[in-house]
Amino acid sequence: METGTSRVKRGMAEMQKGGVIMDVMNAEQAKIAEAAGATAVMALERVPSDIRAAGGVARMADPTIVEEVMKVVSIPVMAKARIGHYVEAKVLESMGVDYIDESEVLTPADEIFHISKNEFTVPFVCGAKDLGEALRRIQEGAAMLRTKGEPGTGNIVEAVRHLRLINGQIRKIQGLSKDELYNEAKVLGVPYDLLLGVHETGKLPVVNFAAGGVATPSDAALMMHLGADGVFVGSGIFKSDNPEKFARAIVEATTHYTDYKLIAEVSKNLGTPMKGIEISKLHAAERMQDRGI
Amino acid sequence: MKIGVLALQGAVAEHIRSLEAAGAEAVAVKRVEQLDELNGLVIPGGESTTIGKLMRKYGFMEAIREFSAQGKPLFGTCAGLIVLADRIEGQDEAHLRLMDMTVARNAFGRQRESFETDLDVKGIDEPIRAVFIRAPLIKSVGEDVEVLSTYKDEIVTARQGTLLAASYHPELTDDYRLHAYFLDMVKEAAAAKA
Repeated sequence: METGTSRVKRGMAEMQKGGVIMDVMNAEQAKIAEAAGATAVMALERVPSDIRAAGGVARMADPTIVEEVMKVVSIPVMAKARIGHYVEAKVLESMGVDYIDESEVLTPADEIFHISKNEFTVPFVCGAKDLGEALRRIQEGAAMLRTKGEPGTGNIVEAVRHLRLINGQIRKIQGLSKDELYNEAKVLGVPYDLLLGVHETGKLPVVNFAAGGVATPSDAALMMHLGADGVFVGSGIFKSDNPEKFARAIVEATTHYTDYKLIAEVSKNLGTPMKGIEISKLHAAERMQDRGI
Repeated sequence: MKIGVLALQGAVAEHIRSLEAAGAEAVAVKRVEQLDELNGLVIPGGESTTIGKLMRKYGFMEAIREFSAQGKPLFGTCAGLIVLADRIEGQDEAHLRLMDMTVARNAFGRQRESFETDLDVKGIDEPIRAVFIRAPLIKSVGEDVEVLSTYKDEIVTARQGTLLAASYHPELTDDYRLHAYFLDMVKEAAAAKA
């Protein structure tokens, strides 16, 4: 009997496929998310758009919030640790959190090193905006990936950019010869073996979700259309007028992402989605995607 | 033989790959109309609350009960096992209620308690590698249910006529023998009907 094997960690993410993982800030929201069909919840003190508005240093949530959420739902509970913050991750693991997001949404604790995730029993998800970042995180032990997008903006453009880039790079790697692969590993700054795996299989060895800017059911369906395995929705749901209806709509649009009539149906009368931010209006320091590369 | 994998949420592609490796034609099923052309159906692992909710929403509860009543086999893994069960511990409502058993969700604990192990399964010669992820357990079964394997005295694989249930994930390994076992059930059922 072995716990914490890469098959067990990656397999847990496989079970999330085709699903929606929702940010929640308390027990009540967690119950709404579960009832709407979320496959997991991310327990947070503040959603990304509030983190942007509040400014200052964003850290791991108060353990009370995480515990409260774990108590009321039977679906998996995820929580965020700062990039490179080994102790926040250990604290979350000790509490029995099901998945840790080493996340650029929080203020990084380390500007160079990520957490050595292979040492943990609990699995990790990390953000990536290109194939280099994706494979570096996998090498460190991430068992699941998500696009970084630009969290808390309600603007899908960055998540689209990141998913298209990663999938385009994968197609390019497939077409390289073995000798070209050695150089490409050097250029991307990734281990050769992982790159060889991508070359041979034409895909990443872990599940890759969309995240960072999903604000409508159509946004979720667009990311599935572009090849995402599932969707994280952060600020979108509980910043909307009718979170319950909105959450259900996102779940259905993700499952039936090619059924456009159904997406039209579930998109009716959802009220105003979150306002959203034009990416070019962000200052360099406000771009969360540039953290932890 | 054409086998469907219910594709509302969960590990669909892995089951399709395993079924194909075992020699079947396999398709992802998103609409009830697709059931007509199938000889058997797999209900995959995922989140049972999500899968159950979407099954109700799109009419799969009645359609799959009807499919099963026609003698066509069903195979549920992990969340799929929960969906098949007649009774779920601690919940008033179950899902398909086809298999005479009581199941406990997340019976081993949280994700950090998830594990893999070698498992003897009745009807398969050598042990299979079983991956348990936030897995359910079968706490008790009715008299028509045959227990195919146990782990630490708890039931983890069971069969009731044309219904097969496993609390772990055979689709996450390269061992296709449990899928081949299910495929044999589908062939038998098709032969019995002909």
